[in-house]
Amino acid sequence: MDITPITVEQLNNYIKKKMDGDEFLNSVYVKGEISNFKLHYTGHMYFTLKDEKSLIKCIMFRSYTPHLSFMPKDGMKVVILGSVSVFERDGVYQIYCKAMKQDGMGSLFEAYEKLKAQLEKEGLFNEKFKKSIPKYPKTIGVLTASTGAVIRDIINVSTRRNPNVHIRLLPVPVQGPTAAGQIVEGIKRMNQEELADVIILGRGGGSLEDLWPFNEEIVARAIFESEIPIISAVGHETDFSISDFVADLRAPTPSAAAELAVPNIIDVKKNIEIYENRYKNSLNKKVELMKLRFEKCMNRKAFTEPTQKVNELLIALDMLIKRNTKSVTKIMNEKSSEFVKIATRIDTLSPLKTLTRGYTIVEKDEKVINSINQIKINDNIGMRFNDGRAEAKITKIIND
Amino acid sequence: MAEKKISFEESMVKLEKIADELEGDNLTLDESVKKFEEGMKISKKCKEILDNAEKKITVLVGEVEKDFSINSSTEE
Repeated sequence: MDITPITVEQLNNYIKKKMDGDEFLNSVYVKGEISNFKLHYTGHMYFTLKDEKSLIKCIMFRSYTPHLSFMPKDGMKVVILGSVSVFERDGVYQIYCKAMKQDGMGSLFEAYEKLKAQLEKEGLFNEKFKKSIPKYPKTIGVLTASTGAVIRDIINVSTRRNPNVHIRLLPVPVQGPTAAGQIVEGIKRMNQEELADVIILGRGGGSLEDLWPFNEEIVARAIFESEIPIISAVGHETDFSISDFVADLRAPTPSAAAELAVPNIIDVKKNIEIYENRYKNSLNKKVELMKLRFEKCMNRKAFTEPTQKVNELLIALDMLIKRNTKSVTKIMNEKSSEFVKIATRIDTLSPLKTLTRGYTIVEKDEKVINSINQIKINDNIGMRFNDGRAEAKITKIIND
Repeated sequence: MAEKKISFEESMVKLEKIADELEGDNLTLDESVKKFEEGMKISKKCKEILDNAEKKITVLVGEVEKDFSINSSTEE
């Protein structure tokens, strides 16, 4: 009997084909505990799934890991959905995981999804209901456990940003059966007694079970009804809780929540100084502008040569006076020469002049007479000579 | 909500408003000087609030409010 050996490769290939052809192995749900978990730098996850009696190698490729709602850890009990196949090079079979959830959380996970869908439908996650986080809160209310990293991180980050911040911790259990009720009471008390300007609701990371109080409906509704804005910082960056969706702001970690809630005092002071500088600059600018306007004004002639206008007026006045004087003199001269002319004429016409030439003026009753019809015999008449007067009596009248 | 916080936040809003007004062209010099003085007064007040706020980390234990320190809590 001839024995024809096959290669290892051929064998592994054969086994792989057998397994890949098996419908059951193509899609299996397997439960177990994670061990030897390694997150490879390529993003793929390598681990072993085991129970008390057995173990199997598992791989989850990077393309599936973003859908995980939690970060797998050694010791975690999980349910895996995947296919079993052979890695021919090493001759090992392993589960190629497509999905994974934490075991025992099945009902919780469903409850989470159901509540989330319901609240979303009611509008509790709606952006329009989100209150804005005050920029300069005086008091930060913190609802978390009084021990552990969360409160420590919040205090550290807050006091680093603003050494004078007031943090008011209202301790609440963040897991266990009483947690949800006490968180609700805490939120209500903060509101009723106005204990804070903003509330940080915080918890460290954990399993879905651990985070459960933050997925309770009463907590979601208390957050929604809070007048004080709430920042939710539950679990790790990759964890989401219903609190995160309802809260006015979701912070990936408690430290981040503190950064969001507490303004950096240095920045605030810088802002105030920027305002002061803006005031100074704009006022200086305005004063400069006024100065320029003033100088422009002062450079105008009215101010630089204030007497010029007066001088101009004086000159004009002088000219007017001169002109007037001239014309008055002219008129006076004209009048005076006219007077001389008239006086000369009067002089020539004056009877007194005629008298010097030997004529006399005869008067009767102090009136000049120029006809013999005005006199009778024996009338007394006056005679005016050049150099005096005489009286005479008419003795004879002769008509010519 | 604490009243002083609102006044601080409002003060900051006012500081912004005054800066805008001062940088605008609508104010006379007199008005500008007044606004400037008002702004400087508010900014001084804001700085005082920042500097004088007392650092307080408190914990509510039942109805009582106590000082809180991380060390004391980690011992619990």
